[in-house]
Amino acid sequence: MRPVAVIGIGKTAFGAFPDRDLRSLAVEAGQKCMQDANVSPSKVEAFYLGNFAGPSFVGQNHLAPYIAGAMGITGVPATRFEAACASSGSALFHAVSAVGAGLYDVVLVGGVEKMTSQPTPKVTEILAGAGDMCGEGRAGATFPALFAMIARRHMYQYGTTREQMAAVAVKNHLNGAKNPQAHMRKVITIEQALAGKPIADPLTVYDCSLISDGAAAVLIAPLERASEFTGKPVKILGIAQTSDQVALDQKDDITTFRAVRTAADKAYKMAGVSPNEIQFAEVHDCFTIAEIIATEDLGFVKKGEGGPYVQQGCTALNGPRPVNTSGGLKAKGHPVGATGVGQICDVVMQIRGEAGERQIARHSLGLAQNLGGSGATAVVTILGVA
Amino acid sequence: MDNPGPGNVYTETVIHAAPEQFVADAPYQLAIITLDHGGRLTGRIDGPRVQIGDAVDFAEYRNGIPFFRKKN
Repeated sequence: MRPVAVIGIGKTAFGAFPDRDLRSLAVEAGQKCMQDANVSPSKVEAFYLGNFAGPSFVGQNHLAPYIAGAMGITGVPATRFEAACASSGSALFHAVSAVGAGLYDVVLVGGVEKMTSQPTPKVTEILAGAGDMCGEGRAGATFPALFAMIARRHMYQYGTTREQMAAVAVKNHLNGAKNPQAHMRKVITIEQALAGKPIADPLTVYDCSLISDGAAAVLIAPLERASEFTGKPVKILGIAQTSDQVALDQKDDITTFRAVRTAADKAYKMAGVSPNEIQFAEVHDCFTIAEIIATEDLGFVKKGEGGPYVQQGCTALNGPRPVNTSGGLKAKGHPVGATGVGQICDVVMQIRGEAGERQIARHSLGLAQNLGGSGATAVVTILGVA
Repeated sequence: MDNPGPGNVYTETVIHAAPEQFVADAPYQLAIITLDHGGRLTGRIDGPRVQIGDAVDFAEYRNGIPFFRKKN
């Protein structure tokens, strides 16, 4: 496979935007991205779109050509990818595979979700559809409930505490407050996080990511052509997508995501790097426990040590390995279909040195981890200076 | 539907924010049960709250949902 680079990025702010529709968000991100790389719509050879539930949230199907057409991209393949909250990570994986194989040169990869036009119980029901609706879903499981059960088991097996989970929320809110595009720019305390409204015990509202609207896009091209478009190409050193059982009760051990471990193994191998070389990461903190488990599954710490790792400040902005410098899904927001590509944009911003107030000192090798459902899809991407 | 039989609690949660069709039930306890006959099943808890490791009996199906109850 020939090497592939990110040549452009574009993102909307994440938040609740009652006046914006799904298409206008996706078009804004795509156009910003094409401007960033100085690429006109006529040069785009394929459009890959990640979107979880546009048909349920806003009643719109056939999203990829719908959005591509509005950006002036026609006459090329335009396809939507659905893999729950890893939808745009999956779109990226398949786009990189196609460019790597020589099928196309310039490909636009987008992700979008418009969630806030529905009341929260309806959003909760739509999100539950990423689980097994003949099993856990029928019994009344919500996504917070699935991750609450994961948290309970992690606490039971490894002594993980609610304070350690709250430390994830506090850190990510602190980072999000420095991100002008974050949904929630509000610093919180451990006490506030612990005393939040209960959602699914032991998770409070501060353990849960946000229901957001937003879109993100990246342009990719073969590394050998990257300099035609940008002075700051970022190389995709490794990328892998893997799968696992959808239902939580079909997994042997719910304190780890096997799909994340296998995707990480493949991505590390492809990149030729080891976990301890990764300088910073954007991980899928859909719930605080998910970030703790991600740091374990990605090999940053041993199994069961993710709680102390965050509590000791190791993943803080000024720590040895910053995690979720953007604010993560927790504070930046989680428009589910946009999240995977949004993470790539955040890693690329750090590598280019364009992360402003949240710019970190060591930023030449970063990782993004995108999770679908309660671990049925995982995408791990490793990016570095070209 | 088959009787899943007794088991013990692998993990559990009490749901306060319910999906649209279960709002009237909240708060309710959901658990994954490791069945004595093998395998795991997600169901609801009827009666007193349970914790990880508690032994439970199958109670009944209600609208297709398996309900379990803590063993005395």
